[in-house]
Amino acid sequence: MAFTLKINGTPHEVDVDGDAPLLWVLRDVLGMTGTKFGCGQALCGACTVHVDGQAVRSCQTTIDSVGDGAVTTIEAIGQVPQGAALQKAWLELEVVQCGYCQSGQIMSAAALLKDTPKPTDDDIDAAMSGNVCRCGTYQRIRAAIKHAAGV
Amino acid sequence: MDGPVLREQTADETAVSRRAFLQGAGLLLGFALTSASAESVFAAPASQVVENEVTGTFAPNGFIRINPTGAVTLVMPMVEMGQGVFTSLSMLLAEELEVKLDQIQVQHAPPNHALYVNSIIGIQNTGGSASVRAFWTPLRQAGAIGRNLLIAAAAKRWNVDPATCRAKDGVVVDASGSKHLSYGELAEAAAKLPVPPAANVKLKEPKDFTLIGTRAKRVDSPIKIDGRALYGIDTRLPGMKVAAVAISPVLGGKAKTVDEKAAMAVRGVRQVVNIDEAIAIVADHMGAAKKGLEAAAIRWDDGPNGKISSADIVKHLEEESKKPGAVARNVGDVGKALAEAAQRVDAIYQVPFLAHAAMEPMNCTVHLQKDRCNIWVGTQAPTITQSLVAELTGLPKDAVKIHNHLIGGGFGRRLEADGTVLAVKIAKHVDGPVKVIWSREEDIQHDMYRPYYFDRLSAGLDAAGRPVAWTHRIAGSSVMARYYPPYVKDGLDPDAVEAAAEPPYALPNIHVDFVRVEPPGVRTSWWRGVGPTHNVFVVESFMDELAHAAKQDPVAYRKGLLGHNPRALAVLSLAADKARWGSPLPARHGRGISVQFAYGSYTSQVAEVEVAADGSVKVKRIVCAIDCGMYVNPDTIEAQVQGGTLFGLTAALHGSITFKDGRVEQSNFDTYLPMRIDEVPVVETHLIKNAEAPGGVGEAPTAVVSAAVTNAIFAATGKRVRSLPIDTNSLKSSS
Repeated sequence: MAFTLKINGTPHEVDVDGDAPLLWVLRDVLGMTGTKFGCGQALCGACTVHVDGQAVRSCQTTIDSVGDGAVTTIEAIGQVPQGAALQKAWLELEVVQCGYCQSGQIMSAAALLKDTPKPTDDDIDAAMSGNVCRCGTYQRIRAAIKHAAGV
Repeated sequence: MDGPVLREQTADETAVSRRAFLQGAGLLLGFALTSASAESVFAAPASQVVENEVTGTFAPNGFIRINPTGAVTLVMPMVEMGQGVFTSLSMLLAEELEVKLDQIQVQHAPPNHALYVNSIIGIQNTGGSASVRAFWTPLRQAGAIGRNLLIAAAAKRWNVDPATCRAKDGVVVDASGSKHLSYGELAEAAAKLPVPPAANVKLKEPKDFTLIGTRAKRVDSPIKIDGRALYGIDTRLPGMKVAAVAISPVLGGKAKTVDEKAAMAVRGVRQVVNIDEAIAIVADHMGAAKKGLEAAAIRWDDGPNGKISSADIVKHLEEESKKPGAVARNVGDVGKALAEAAQRVDAIYQVPFLAHAAMEPMNCTVHLQKDRCNIWVGTQAPTITQSLVAELTGLPKDAVKIHNHLIGGGFGRRLEADGTVLAVKIAKHVDGPVKVIWSREEDIQHDMYRPYYFDRLSAGLDAAGRPVAWTHRIAGSSVMARYYPPYVKDGLDPDAVEAAAEPPYALPNIHVDFVRVEPPGVRTSWWRGVGPTHNVFVVESFMDELAHAAKQDPVAYRKGLLGHNPRALAVLSLAADKARWGSPLPARHGRGISVQFAYGSYTSQVAEVEVAADGSVKVKRIVCAIDCGMYVNPDTIEAQVQGGTLFGLTAALHGSITFKDGRVEQSNFDTYLPMRIDEVPVVETHLIKNAEAPGGVGEAPTAVVSAAVTNAIFAATGKRVRSLPIDTNSLKSSS
């Protein structure tokens, strides 16, 4: 059946089953490949997007559950202030290595800073421990979040 | 799904003067290309390397393309998988070519052994911490050739002596500084000039470097923070279908029943492909494909490996490790020295099978047509991949095109082409392009694992506590014997014994041997750090045992055995000093040290740990000292030390793949645990600057960390960890 998804401010009509995961609709149907597949079980955070400003794991978010929620992906997170600040910090501190998990890391960090503009280490642990990085960029992720937040 | 045997590659190289060698300097798989390795890099015609080359493009070698519009493209012989190689190799080229990093674009090299072989590895493979080591000279030469020709073209146009002109930031300037010509303006003329031999170009003195040695910005960062970076898994083609795959859970098994009708009933599913060893559901999108795979309710015939268990594998290793193996090193008379020693220490060490679990799950896109095959994949081994696809399809190699991609984590997994082979087998049944993606569960359960090793060690100490005898037997799978058989001579796998055969210490009587034991039903392969990741844990733990037996401080004891080895001594001392070795710590806290020479670099780490009463281990701080000789980008080195350390630490704390009934017992990140941000220690890097030859970095911290941590656990608890991962139950406080 057809669904109209509001993604990065633009409506997109997709014709898939309601139980199709948002992740695969973004990647395979709409061609937005910045959101990554990592585990399929909400265990790694690579697929993190925002729905109405909240970080969700798109691999476990079905299309019919999104409704008319506003979806924001890595492709547009630079248009919100927290996203732009994080991207800048990510570059200044040279966070990325392979980069594959970094879309999800930035999306989780942006949701953190929206709710908690001046996060503590514990806040960062709580918000970011759902995001796995096998390259081990965590030390720089923590530093970059603090840098972006000015703490 | 047997691993690759490189028939063609081996045949190709019989023409090359070769010797398999092991110099205690990293994974030297390589045929030593006698004389200047750079020459082989320039031996082949450089044309047709880059697609859509415009007329008049300046292409003096395989690495540089400057077209008349001024676009400078640097062709990367090694693949970027996070280790920063696109940046460091670009820096080598740009330093001599005299362009700025923000003036260049980088492009993956196609498979081309003659142009892009890594002279240390002997194949166009990215691995072994060998990229900077192998390309340090050839890429600077390539850049210098380019600069010389562009200057020559300008000088010719101005009718002046080229020696009076200079180049900077992609522009040639005359002696007066008044005339300028950009590289783009010179490209067409420079392309017509004869290319000088690499050996004839003069390279900058290191003191004149303006880029090498700086914290230059990574060239791949901007596209990795906003979703633009394209990995193999991001491939999209007109008419492309996606396929979810289920591989027989037992190696060698095949599908017994498949409910094709139920799978096809799922909306968006187009086709069910049965290749016995695996079932693929081809669909419009992965959501449908995965749903179709569930509906297919596959039942498997396990085949001959259905009874395999870890317990049996270990029992077999234990038995086999009692037999003598291929001798890696034999100095002095170990038997006599052991018999006469004042004190004897014996130990058994074990390390588990490990998965790679790169964040980008295995995937490959294939478009197989009658006369050609296109492959979109991120691979560390493009020439191997091309050869295997050619063999599988019956096509000539030049009809197999490999479109390499940024890699979302390699760690050795993508040195294997099994994922591509599987995708091609599926694509043979599919009309049009198909992207095959493994689930995380498939990725972990059908990995090619770091081998399980079972080691026996004995040492004899003299009255002063010095080791007068050292024996070390390693039993386990030989990855090399499968991957590159010519390197295994008389049963000795040089990788399996690396960093064990030649520990950095003065050991007057030493005997090290290797017993090859292949576990049935388990595929093994390279894993970040290769041989040393296992061996340094064992050697450095055992050395700690000897220090304890000798009632000496672990750092002081090691220093006493490193007098002949100043670079090892220097990193050890630096790490110990920076970690404030010897300063007081609370109860159940401890420091441990480890030192190694591998991949051409000297590395030492001190770990500081706290072991809670319940046995849980908190690694609080890691101090790493590294001497990798002349280096390209210190920021990349720091990043690699941080990340490489965590990769090894993750395995030490959590990593283990086990088998039951032929099946892997772990499946996703809830059972094969990655480190997360709330668990990671601070990692400090202290880099030694000198003029030694460049050494590898990417794997050094991974190999050195485990023993530092387990030695720290011993310091904190008095309990020696002799097998990994660390069993926290055994570390519970008895009080």
